[in-house]
Amino acid sequence: MNKYIERIYNGVAKENPTFVLMLGMCPTLAVTTSAINGLGMGVSTMVVLICSNLIISILRNIIPEKVRIPAYIVIVASLVTVVQLLMQAYVTTLYDALGIYIPLIVVNCIILGRAESFASKNPPVLSAFDGIGMGIGFTIALTCIGLFRELIGAGTAFGIKIMPAAYEPVSIFILAPGAFLVLSLIIAFLNAMHIHTEANKKVEKGCSGHCGSCSSDCDKREEEIEEEEKEVVETKKEKKAAAKKLVKPAAKKSASAKKPIKKVEE
Amino acid sequence: MKELILVLVGAALVNNVVLSQFLGLCPFLGVSKQVKTAASMGLAVIFVITIASACASLIYSFILVPTGLEFLQTIVFILVIAALVQLVEMFLKKNSQGLYEALGVYLPLITTNCAVLGVALTNVQKEYDFVTSVVNGLGTAIGFTISIVLLAGIRERIAHNNIIKPFQGAPIVLLTAALMAIAFFGFSGLI
Repeated sequence: MNKYIERIYNGVAKENPTFVLMLGMCPTLAVTTSAINGLGMGVSTMVVLICSNLIISILRNIIPEKVRIPAYIVIVASLVTVVQLLMQAYVTTLYDALGIYIPLIVVNCIILGRAESFASKNPPVLSAFDGIGMGIGFTIALTCIGLFRELIGAGTAFGIKIMPAAYEPVSIFILAPGAFLVLSLIIAFLNAMHIHTEANKKVEKGCSGHCGSCSSDCDKREEEIEEEEKEVVETKKEKKAAAKKLVKPAAKKSASAKKPIKKVEE
Repeated sequence: MKELILVLVGAALVNNVVLSQFLGLCPFLGVSKQVKTAASMGLAVIFVITIASACASLIYSFILVPTGLEFLQTIVFILVIAALVQLVEMFLKKNSQGLYEALGVYLPLITTNCAVLGVALTNVQKEYDFVTSVVNGLGTAIGFTISIVLLAGIRERIAHNNIIKPFQGAPIVLLTAALMAIAFFGFSGLI
């Protein structure tokens, strides 16, 4: 039992997807204009995450290694479609508020990242708990950011007037620039408290699309790119020596070996 | 014609994909360290998004609508985009070595970039026809390129400045993005 609770603690605090791993930045910034939107986005992502972790974990021995990323994407996309249709039917106002960001849950780094790094290696129930933990962590983070932005930008919390009437809302906080501003302040605060986050690495390292499952492959990717560059140089040299035939199969091999990693990015 | 120009300008400046819609933030923050790499990334994005929005639009109006399968759009689009990027990469590698060397490294990074899927879905949502979809895709990608090149330029300058410790790294980049977003807000009166 302990390891299940550990997964939830891990998702909420130790490896919080938003504050520590810095995954899924797009929805984090886009939908947190109010606390209720943040909560809605968090819960819908959590539902998809739990189901996808469960299904991928059950199928982990059936899905062939080489096509695993496309297979994961299809599973996640189907689940997102289900959630989207359910939301359209039962919570129409929230559906309208979140708009295009609901189908975009498919490309949320958290989901593919957890599928790749956890669900594909662990038993179903544990993976589902990992999904619950990560989902709760994401929901809390989104709700907090949303609450903060709503409180300062509109003077309300969950739509209820909190600030006194004399308070003049700083409406920039619920507009687009406010999202960047709040995230910047949060990361600066975490830096000041010496809490380790992936944010600086993400920006400094320059390995673009450094998201989720790709994080572990970042160094590998760079090596691969270097190798490929070398290969290209070699190919040129050998072309000059008119030895085209020998090089072609090697180039093809590297292309097919790279495939699975490529699709993971963002 | 006038409408198309409005769509182009609207997508590139007014509803800037990164600074007001928050799509494609990962490459925006990750590849913006140098102007040169940022520009290459921007070019690759222009290339992919334009082709992807054309394909997605065709598939939607000629396959999904006649068969009544509109609700499958998310699944179909994401697979088409992923396959398309692979195809474009292979094609470039084989036929256009120069272009491949310029864009090659960046192409796989865009495969499931949320901006690509986002544009395809927006086109469907706003019921754009084929030409408008392509123009919207092009405009969005140009907007992405503009903002990433601008950010890279600013970051090259920031690198030489003294920044207080907590703000070093990601926070100052995000703060810059916030100021850029405020500046881009000025375009909202344009249309």
